[in-house]
Amino acid sequence: MKQQLQATWDWIDNRIGFTECMMPYIAHTVPRDARWWYVFGSATLTAFIVQVATGICLAMAYVPGGDEAYESLKYITDEAQFGSLVRGMHAYGASAMVTLVVIHLVQVYLHATYKYPRELNWMTGVVLFFVVLGMAFTGQLLRWDANGVWSVFVATEMASRTPYIGPMISHFLLGGETVGGSTLTRFFAYHVFIMPGMIFAGVGLHLFLLFRHGVSEMPNVDQPVDPATYKEEYEARLKKTGVPFWPNAMWRDVVFSTLVVGVIVACAAILGPPALDASPDPANIHADPMPDWYFWWYFAVLSLLPPSYELWFILGVPVLGFLVLFFLPLFSNKGHRAPSKRPWAVGIVIAAFASFVVLTVYGYREPWSPDFGVEELPTSVIGAEQGPVFEGGKLVHSKGCMYCHDINGYGGHRGPDLSNIGEQLTRDDLIIRINNGGYNMPSFASSLNSQELTKIVDFLMTRVEDRTESSTSDNAKDHADDRG
Amino acid sequence: MNKESNDQTCCQDLDDRRSFYARLSMILSGVIGALIVLPGIGFVLAPIFKKTEQKWRTLGKVDAFKEGATVLVNFEDPSPEKWAGVTAKTAAWLRRVDDAKFIAFSINCRHLGCPVRWEEGPELFMCPCHGGVYYKDGTVAGGPPPEPLDRYQVRVRDGNVEIHTAAVPLTTTLTFDKS
Repeated sequence: MKQQLQATWDWIDNRIGFTECMMPYIAHTVPRDARWWYVFGSATLTAFIVQVATGICLAMAYVPGGDEAYESLKYITDEAQFGSLVRGMHAYGASAMVTLVVIHLVQVYLHATYKYPRELNWMTGVVLFFVVLGMAFTGQLLRWDANGVWSVFVATEMASRTPYIGPMISHFLLGGETVGGSTLTRFFAYHVFIMPGMIFAGVGLHLFLLFRHGVSEMPNVDQPVDPATYKEEYEARLKKTGVPFWPNAMWRDVVFSTLVVGVIVACAAILGPPALDASPDPANIHADPMPDWYFWWYFAVLSLLPPSYELWFILGVPVLGFLVLFFLPLFSNKGHRAPSKRPWAVGIVIAAFASFVVLTVYGYREPWSPDFGVEELPTSVIGAEQGPVFEGGKLVHSKGCMYCHDINGYGGHRGPDLSNIGEQLTRDDLIIRINNGGYNMPSFASSLNSQELTKIVDFLMTRVEDRTESSTSDNAKDHADDRG
Repeated sequence: MNKESNDQTCCQDLDDRRSFYARLSMILSGVIGALIVLPGIGFVLAPIFKKTEQKWRTLGKVDAFKEGATVLVNFEDPSPEKWAGVTAKTAAWLRRVDDAKFIAFSINCRHLGCPVRWEEGPELFMCPCHGGVYYKDGTVAGGPPPEPLDRYQVRVRDGNVEIHTAAVPLTTTLTFDKS
């Protein structure tokens, strides 16, 4: 039996040439010093395989059309056997893929592996990185709930800012002049055919280049890259100290990928797929469009920028970001690879990471957004049960002041905190400010009559720091977590 | 001997023939590519150039709208595909200004297109995404929007309020130098 199997395999191997053509690649010599540093690229590929497998399953039940898409997703999530698990794996697999591709990119950048002769390895990687972001965005959109539909509007509006051809790009994205029957099918085709095709081709090329130029060594301060001599030196060192990729180096990739898939499946099983938002009705204005977490930083950038810089960021971050990354190895393809000799690179990574974290937190909290769900002030905070101060305390809620202003932990964060406003502004200043508005504050002259204005000002003048009670700060924390 | 001369014949004209074969194959491959791809490109790009014929849609009886009130109305796109389902709908904020005058505001914020909400108390339109705020006439009151809310055409006909459908309002940058 064993002999028969061996004979069959030999026959196949002789015809397809596995041992002859593939084994040299699989067992090619690689540096032995990289150890755990190099597991992120293969883990990204593993996450992609998860996406392909689960994506194909989802496509068997998902209907890319008008209201059917939403209904079919509800079916997948709530009724289909294993549906919730598969959808969850696809969602957490997406997060894993975005995270891992970024870590992989940062590691390669820090170790300057993009230098000679691996410039094209990096450039194909940059293209793949942007396609992965495109997959993440279109994937969120295919959920085709209110959030998905409004993401199309936001993408359309951003594209329309492109000089001259903006509106054409927008109508191309929408498949017409409004969101309609032709919109979702287009994004479905991008997400399911075009971009996965690009990833397959790109990964193929990326891996071919990896095999062609060999796995890079860990950066060494004594070995700056000199294109004239690099290849011979690299091969000479490899001959001395290298190990076969399979299995001496690859087992670490396999161990880490096991961990990645384990985490994806565990998250899907325990946490379940992300909840669906309201139905995809473009007439539903009670949507609060928000990208998935990996784009919160960009969402925050678009709120915090002064409008005059906005255009440069809407177009600049994606387009310039791509160009700078893509052409990086053409500008710097020799010299030191060691991070200790490249302080700017280390600084850029630290600055980028810090900005990402801070902006992501801002993006989640959205302090610039009006807090539509704000609660009324309790009498204990107003400090009166009747009279003008009490009525003023009710008016700051009903007239929308508290959408943007915090009072003792109640209210939004767009404008200044009004808890001590009675100490900071005089009565006249308050009246002027409310009537005329100010930086980013609307004028309320036409929406308040003079009695209402007087009551509000009466109430605000009583807002002075409460030095006796400390519970207000706890209160503030409770309410900071409530997002409208 | 015979075999040798065969080889020679083959190799003497090889250069000429080879360059001809190579050129022929390259050109024909280009033709095949164009024949496959061009109809597809036309198909995919067609929506860019298609001008939708806008239509008047009825929103309801004039009396159904209270004077001074701003309400959400929804109506159907001009030429919905049969499979569009709920995505064929569009909404607008409709205000009855006086007896015969109506204003219909687009619900799309001019910053990045999110849906603005009419807030009765402060009499403002507010956007949940990046904090755009508009006065009740649609002009910008705060936040990042560069332009006032877009308006639809509205008319009263035979006791009905009608709205003229329109494309999604796009904030374009063809006005580069103005800013």
